[in-house]
Amino acid sequence: MPPSQTHPYIPNAVSETKQEMMREIGIRNIEELYADVPQKFRLKRRLNLPNKPKPEHEIRRQVEVLLSKNRTCLDMPAFLGAGCWPHYVPAVVDAIVQRTEFLTSYTPYQPEVSQGMLQAMFEYQSMICEITAMDVANSSLYDWASGVGEAVRMAVRLKNRNEILVPKIIHPERLATLQTYVEPLGLRIRPIGYDQRTGLLSLNALRHGCSDMTAAVYVENPSYLGFIETQVEEIAETAHRKGALFIVGVDPTSLGVLKPPGEYGADIVVGEGQPLGSHMNYGGPLLGVFACRGEIELIRQMPGRIIGMTTTLDGSKTGFCMALQTREQHIRRERATSNICTNEALCALASATYLALLGPEGLRELGETVMVKARYAMQLLSEIRGVKAPVFESPHFKEFTVNFDKVGRTVRSVHQTLLKHHGVHGGKDISHEFPELGKTALYCVTEVHSEEEIERLAQALKLVLREGRG
Amino acid sequence: MFKQACWDEPVILSLGRKGRRGCILPSVKEETRRRVGDVLATVPSKLRRKGLPGLPELSEVEVARHFTRLSQMNYGVDLGFYPLGSCTMKYNPKINELLASGLAEVHPYQDENTVQGILEILYALSRLLAEITGTHEVSLQPAAGAQGELLGALIMRACHKLNGDIKKRTELIVPDSAHGTNPASGTMAGFKIVVVPSDQNGCVDLKALKAAVSERTAGLMLTNPNTLGIFESDIGEIAETVHEAGGLLYYDGANLNAILGKVRPGDMGFDIVHINIHKTFGTPHGGGGPGAGPIGVCKELAKFLPVPCVNYDTKRRRYFLDYDRPESIGKVRGFYGNVAVLVRAYTYILSLGVEGLEEAAETSVLNANYLVKKLSQIRGFELPYDKRRPRKHECVFSVKTLYKETGVRALDVAKRILDYGMHSPTTYFPLIVDEALMIEPTESVEKEELDRFVEVVKKISDEAYSNPELVKKAPQNVAVTRLDEVKASHPKTMALSWRMHQKRNVIKAAVP
Repeated sequence: MPPSQTHPYIPNAVSETKQEMMREIGIRNIEELYADVPQKFRLKRRLNLPNKPKPEHEIRRQVEVLLSKNRTCLDMPAFLGAGCWPHYVPAVVDAIVQRTEFLTSYTPYQPEVSQGMLQAMFEYQSMICEITAMDVANSSLYDWASGVGEAVRMAVRLKNRNEILVPKIIHPERLATLQTYVEPLGLRIRPIGYDQRTGLLSLNALRHGCSDMTAAVYVENPSYLGFIETQVEEIAETAHRKGALFIVGVDPTSLGVLKPPGEYGADIVVGEGQPLGSHMNYGGPLLGVFACRGEIELIRQMPGRIIGMTTTLDGSKTGFCMALQTREQHIRRERATSNICTNEALCALASATYLALLGPEGLRELGETVMVKARYAMQLLSEIRGVKAPVFESPHFKEFTVNFDKVGRTVRSVHQTLLKHHGVHGGKDISHEFPELGKTALYCVTEVHSEEEIERLAQALKLVLREGRG
Repeated sequence: MFKQACWDEPVILSLGRKGRRGCILPSVKEETRRRVGDVLATVPSKLRRKGLPGLPELSEVEVARHFTRLSQMNYGVDLGFYPLGSCTMKYNPKINELLASGLAEVHPYQDENTVQGILEILYALSRLLAEITGTHEVSLQPAAGAQGELLGALIMRACHKLNGDIKKRTELIVPDSAHGTNPASGTMAGFKIVVVPSDQNGCVDLKALKAAVSERTAGLMLTNPNTLGIFESDIGEIAETVHEAGGLLYYDGANLNAILGKVRPGDMGFDIVHINIHKTFGTPHGGGGPGAGPIGVCKELAKFLPVPCVNYDTKRRRYFLDYDRPESIGKVRGFYGNVAVLVRAYTYILSLGVEGLEEAAETSVLNANYLVKKLSQIRGFELPYDKRRPRKHECVFSVKTLYKETGVRALDVAKRILDYGMHSPTTYFPLIVDEALMIEPTESVEKEELDRFVEVVKKISDEAYSNPELVKKAPQNVAVTRLDEVKASHPKTMALSWRMHQKRNVIKAAVP
């Protein structure tokens, strides 16, 4: 920068300070500190980006103008879910995660000075264990999708088998991520079909497909398409009979009303923690939930950071520190259980705060509320001629399929009119993901959707479809 | 004198009282309830939760107090000096927090017409990062540096696969001074790790590298400046050696801060580069995350980047998510990346501009070399490897002499630094330095604070020589004294969750 200038983020940029420090070091020019960078690689021009530092006022204007080009789910009723869900985030959650003692700290490598974050992470892990009924949880992975990848890799390490069974009804992005994570292992991913009427996993196909080559059976509950997989006990039994692990993916907001996976035989639980107190943020950051049973063989193969309770060396006080670090990359290097280092700790803190606010009754009420509202939406939409909601005859949680086969228009066309003329954003078009389901969309309703918004959606859809092909 | 807050704050699961609530949910009209009937009854009884989860019952007041108290027992950049080597703990501007919150209620599957603003930011950011790193195209998808590394290694794999020699190219080379994530990521991507030693200058031993490369080499992962803070001046020859053997060169971006605007990884011959957004571009680490780990690649490798990439349609004059990339390796996570973090980075880059970024690089290097000069004069502290050579953004000291002469180890020094109200440097890394203290001041520190740090270290050295027990008993001024990490990890005593603790009841202390 020109010698007369400084920058608010760089205290020593003031020319006199630099001169003083350079004198101390014994150099005349900063360039001397770069003397060992070969000239031929040096950038001989300036980087081609905005040259001057900008005052905060200008930055704020510029970025706010850009952001104002977005419409948010507060500007229009939106019925999108599919792995990132609109839920209300209490103000106190945002206030806690913005405490700069938490926000601006690093991974707690020095536990004595980081007890706050360590205890909060222990509490997050503990509450995840309570809602999933598992013994141990880690302090977060990146998201549900990569969590499935890590869970499957863990199963392969434990079982030394080279096949994995997944439901055909799975989020395509999760499947794609899983494929990326296991490709180097040469693992075979076998999709298991579903019952056309209910959407539930075909137990026949599962029994047929599950063998002593199977490292794990993975299911999602509620499923990607929103229905509740009611046969989880049978699936667990089938997997275990063949010596495979049972991995369950969950939307944790369902666990106040649905049986926790730990009570139906899950060995590993993964899921998306974003709905527990994190905003959608255009899909990131998210929060990978990861929990497993308490056998030491399993714990030793877990990916990610785990916080444990301990005492001070003199035994006078309890405290918290990272546990079982010998699994991790900074100690075990190429033999680590995963390469993960930076995780989503702050989102885990949000979840701990959120779960503490809700409490047991709140979590149950949340589950019930979204079920009531989703069902209300399904009922209203079903009354529209030509619309079928849901496609499957199964109980649903907060998402459900809406089929438009009988209205003679694509989902895209219906949704565009809905948005353009009625200011309502429809669900996710899944016509290309599951062609066998026809012209179908995945809708999501949570506690944030008011009855009026749901009625507005139904009204608008009715109008859109009446307008016909126009 | 510094004293960290010390609340004897119980574990939250043991707090509260029946009937309390911290949050009232949006209501449902009675009419709606009547209309839909008993929704829970639609779920088969065997699938319903029996009994409530073991969460605490607390008012909002108690929750706010609990976590605020915990926050007071946590040290962050906003409290003071945080010279944690390799972690680039620079200041996290508040304006970035404020602006990023504007994205809170945007859903990733919204119609593209309703998200043109954020797509424009992401596209612009990817171009800025490509220019800064000297790469052709950047993917913003990876959630963290390590995920960027995994993605990079998978791209190497995809490239060799396309060339038909993935069966042959099974080895990934990393220096012995590399971050632990490098070998871990390489293994996850299916490679066998080959470690090359450092030479007497702390840099990659060229002879050893030449001996290590072969037709089995998939690539090399390298940090430059390396983890000693030394610039690998032989980078030209290193790149040539790896490329001639048919391997690809991967840049671990952990230390990018030192060279912003000075020299670009792409120009040094690196084919794949990851960027630790939460290090170089000033976004907060959040006590462990979230960060973001975009990767940039050279033109030949761009086709392998994960889907979707953010692109601009010049004809229709709009931004869009580009899924049409048939050679793509697929996805490494859901959606598009840690977008809220990326927005902060965009704002950060705009705030600094080229002049500011260069200033950040230069000042971080100046600060580190200032510490080299000052700390070298302290008894028991030595700078291993070439002392005349300037360091870049960080420096690594060895206290093995101090240890030999007083019994005080790097760990003890680190703990004692906490007592003086500062965070300690990274310890015992890189592995090639005995009793290592890895110090990265960053540009976000004033000279007076650097001088205070030097004073603190000098005092600790004096204490080590006069009263070593004092240092070995540190810390005393923070929330807890040294913790029993063995107890935390031992199968007989581990308590990894509240329920495990209650079941086993093995962690007992005078103050629970």
